[in-house]
Amino acid sequence: MSSPEPRLTALDALHRSLGATMTDFAGWDMPLRYGSERDEHNAVRTKAGLFDLSHMGEITVTGPQAAQLLNFALVGNIASVGVGRARYTMICQADGGILDDLIVYRLGETEFMVVANASNAQVVLDALTERAAGFDAEVRDDRDAYALIAVQGPESPGILASLTDADLDGLKYYAGLPGTVAGVPALIARTGYTGEDGFELFVKPEHAVELWQALTKAGEGVGLVPCGLSCRDTLRLEAGMPLYGHELSRELTPFDAGLGRVVKFEKDGDFVGREALQQAAERAAAAPPRVLVGLVAEGRRVPRAGYAVVAGGEVIGEVTSGAPSPTLGRPIAMAYVDAAHATPGTTGVGVDIRGSHEPYEVVALPFYKRQK
Amino acid sequence: MSNPQQLRYSKEHEWLSGAEDGVSTVGITEHAANALGDVVFVQLPEVGDTVTAGETCGELESTKSVSDLYSPVSGEVTEVNEDVVSDPALVNSAPFEGGWLFKVRVAEEPADLLSADEYTAFSAG
Repeated sequence: MSSPEPRLTALDALHRSLGATMTDFAGWDMPLRYGSERDEHNAVRTKAGLFDLSHMGEITVTGPQAAQLLNFALVGNIASVGVGRARYTMICQADGGILDDLIVYRLGETEFMVVANASNAQVVLDALTERAAGFDAEVRDDRDAYALIAVQGPESPGILASLTDADLDGLKYYAGLPGTVAGVPALIARTGYTGEDGFELFVKPEHAVELWQALTKAGEGVGLVPCGLSCRDTLRLEAGMPLYGHELSRELTPFDAGLGRVVKFEKDGDFVGREALQQAAERAAAAPPRVLVGLVAEGRRVPRAGYAVVAGGEVIGEVTSGAPSPTLGRPIAMAYVDAAHATPGTTGVGVDIRGSHEPYEVVALPFYKRQK
Repeated sequence: MSNPQQLRYSKEHEWLSGAEDGVSTVGITEHAANALGDVVFVQLPEVGDTVTAGETCGELESTKSVSDLYSPVSGEVTEVNEDVVSDPALVNSAPFEGGWLFKVRVAEEPADLLSADEYTAFSAG
């Protein structure tokens, strides 16, 4: 079986000239790291990092009933999002299982941009298209219309401010506004997946190289470095942010994942999954099956996705994501564990690392929270 | 990257120094270290352990994965690099020098160890 040719972002040649180690991610050839992933991670925590996230899937929803369509198709109350604001939400199956987690930007009264994970973009596009039947709204595949460049870290506001007249001070977390950065038209969003302050810039692919180079130059004096997906994963893990395919899946509802707050039962009208999610909410409140927790290693061996969590010789859960944490200096993991072992401070919990039970401490998520 | 001429190499990306008093030093190549990314944990055999050519004798953990460490030769372990145990980043920063892993009194060498040039061609392919 031959796999199809990987998709390349508009910045592909630039990544190669920077000596990036590339990796396949959901059919895209993406930078994994440029040098040391730990150095890239630490740069985002203390200075700034520059990411190519052009694999993310943009879907535009427009029309007089665009808001009603999204309220029906997604679990959040999208109609209540103000113009220029964004919302973290999910799209579920009728049985409540999570199809994807999303960020929805309200670009205008009747215009929204839905940003899906690369691995789920087609599924989300198909579901939205199907659910749009009967609504006066259009669902448009805009995956090829945008490159996405993120600048993340404490120095990112200063770097961006030197390249734009846009009112960044007025741009709150989870807000987005159209503007011009380094002479390039961009949707400037204050969002990210790192646990730091930062921005995501949606631009036309033909402007991506120009913007990347301008950001690189503007960040030269303050320690901005190009960053790959490897450090993006450890950054989001430390920040306790879920990743689809790890903490989130079709087999889980938002309530199972500890993210029931994204489901807005109080919104007007029916939505896909409402009935099943009501039951999931009651089940999670009365007798949660398993709970998502943080684990911090006492030793140095690293837990990986799929490893069993054990206590008293019994399997009590499973690791969903694990990595050495550059910030904590110890291996960390997110894991679903039986409710009886989910309280922070629970002792006697271990991870089965290739046959040896390594001791782990149960902690509350996130592992890392930035000082504001 | 260049692979030192005086070393020999296994297809599992370990290097082996020439023997001094019958003892050779073992490490992983720069090519392997780059492929792993930042090494965060190394588990080495213990002094006195017998290692067998082509069989696992430890492991290396990096940010993204865990990899088995294979011994390029058979013999008895005479010394392990405690510096690399406490500072695994040495594997990345100096794979052919300060990042060496263990020393072994060679009992038997497989016939298929590669020269530097052969390994360079092998690891490029």
